[in-house]
Amino acid sequence: MATTAILAQGINKWFGEEPVRTHAVKDVSFEARFGEMVYVVGPSGSGKTTMLSMISGILRPSSGTVRIEGADIWNLSSDALAEFRLKRIGFVFQDYHLFPRLTTAENVAIPLILQHREWNAAVEEAERNLEIVGLKDRAQLPPVKLSGGEQQRVAIARAIVSRPDILILDEPTASLDGDTGRNILHFVREQLLTDKRCIVIVTHDARIYEFADRIMRMEDGRIADVERSQLDA
Amino acid sequence: MPGILQIAYKLLINDRAKFAALLVGITFAVFLMIEMTSLFAGILNRSSSTVINIGASVWVMDPAVQTVANTIPLPDYVLDEVRSVPGVKYAVPLYSGGALLKLRDGTYQAANVVGLDDTSLFGRPQMLAGNIKDIFAENAFIAIKDAEFYKLENPRIGTEFELNDHRGVIVGIARVASSALFGVPTLYTTYSRALQYIPNSRFTMSYLLVEPKSPADVAVIKARVTAAGYLALTRDEFVQKISDFYMYKTGIGTNMMLMTLISFIVGLSISGQTFYTFILENIDKFGALKAIGAKGQELIAMILFQATFVALTGYGLGVGLCATLIWIARSHLPDYAAMITFANLATAFVMVVIIAAISSYVGVRKVLRIEPFDIFRG
Repeated sequence: MATTAILAQGINKWFGEEPVRTHAVKDVSFEARFGEMVYVVGPSGSGKTTMLSMISGILRPSSGTVRIEGADIWNLSSDALAEFRLKRIGFVFQDYHLFPRLTTAENVAIPLILQHREWNAAVEEAERNLEIVGLKDRAQLPPVKLSGGEQQRVAIARAIVSRPDILILDEPTASLDGDTGRNILHFVREQLLTDKRCIVIVTHDARIYEFADRIMRMEDGRIADVERSQLDA
Repeated sequence: MPGILQIAYKLLINDRAKFAALLVGITFAVFLMIEMTSLFAGILNRSSSTVINIGASVWVMDPAVQTVANTIPLPDYVLDEVRSVPGVKYAVPLYSGGALLKLRDGTYQAANVVGLDDTSLFGRPQMLAGNIKDIFAENAFIAIKDAEFYKLENPRIGTEFELNDHRGVIVGIARVASSALFGVPTLYTTYSRALQYIPNSRFTMSYLLVEPKSPADVAVIKARVTAAGYLALTRDEFVQKISDFYMYKTGIGTNMMLMTLISFIVGLSISGQTFYTFILENIDKFGALKAIGAKGQELIAMILFQATFVALTGYGLGVGLCATLIWIARSHLPDYAAMITFANLATAFVMVVIIAAISSYVGVRKVLRIEPFDIFRG
């Protein structure tokens, strides 16, 4: 049986103060294993992004614990947690958040540069990762010269460049047409998912559900149900 | 250069419009600050030109004297009193006053006349043409070739003029270290001829120039002169007294300081606003860096580096621009009084550092407040 990558138990998140206090995530427990691609789905405002932020070390839960490979990440200092995210978690943001003033290769190299890798070595490694996502010929272009799908792949290359064992993708198909979105998810499933990696995707795009191992549906801050995907069928 | 700073550098210079706006802001502010303070330094330097040019170690004067041009004649016994002080090596009188010359074409021209002690010619200028001994010739004057020289119709040796119905003859052309402040040419002659040509009050000596036997004797000389009811100042003290007068009692200093402050505010406004906009435009990128794993101190280092880089580059450009324009102005406007001093440069540098510090403080506050969670929320 695959080992547990992420284990969240009884996490809650409140925003604001009374009388306008919002209970965004309500006593949610969550588990994701290595070799597994887990979707968190649900309507806008259901708390899925808040939960994703808490399990990836971005947003401190109001209560509950989050363990990644057994380590309670919210017991780490802020610097240690930043270091943990840098080395262990790869992020693909919904709006990509690429730097328009850097080349595509330099964008991809950022996690390595933050790990104090020498600039040229980091960019060379980034170019190898761009090759993986099929964009080696775009390495010296600024991201604004790329299409939406290409920018998404650049963001994926940046997320995997430091070989993280957890990948977090936030609405990866939100800005893409149907075919491009499916191609991206197909690529992620086939090329990036390994026995030593866990991928968590937040989406409400039903067209890509077929690539998931498990789908957790959130409603009103709670996990409403968990279903096995068509892949297991 | 560490990679994080290289990212900061590329983010900055590749945003050419913002980078140019930041540089223009800082450069303009530095240019204005140095120009203003240089003008003031030039005015102060010229206001003390007689003190600088004569070069005496100690000057004895009436205590009411505020500038070197504002002379209050001293009675002759003060010369005897000062010469009797044990620490005095020698003491000589100096005449300094204004006169109205009638030039060859019939026009009148105001001039400074400096009368040097007849026996020693202490404070003599550096001769460019003629011999200093010719100053003892009949009606002899030496013209100083400074920015105002042309106002004497560019005289040569032998050029004649009238001074109070006396005939004057230029017997030499000389130069001095510093031009006068008020835009009038300068003539040197002997002390006795100056008294003979220019109407005087009962007392005649403008200043006593004193050379102490040793630096330790200065205090004794000053004490004796004070006891006699007069004032003895070293050259530096006299220059400072003149500077203080122009700085605090004429409004020139206040105006210059206000202009410098306005330059600082203009620079701070342009640079601070542009840098803030630059940070705001990149705030989501900084948030993304934070989410990926950049530490707070790394983001602070990026912003400090960007602000410092802009500040130092703008400072260099501002200094260069100011030096170039002063050089051009001096070569076309002889009366242009501007002088870049280390104090000007240091003042502008400190102000640029303050601009960079305030700009980066605002940026750092903004960046540290951004939550990576906001990046997820979009």
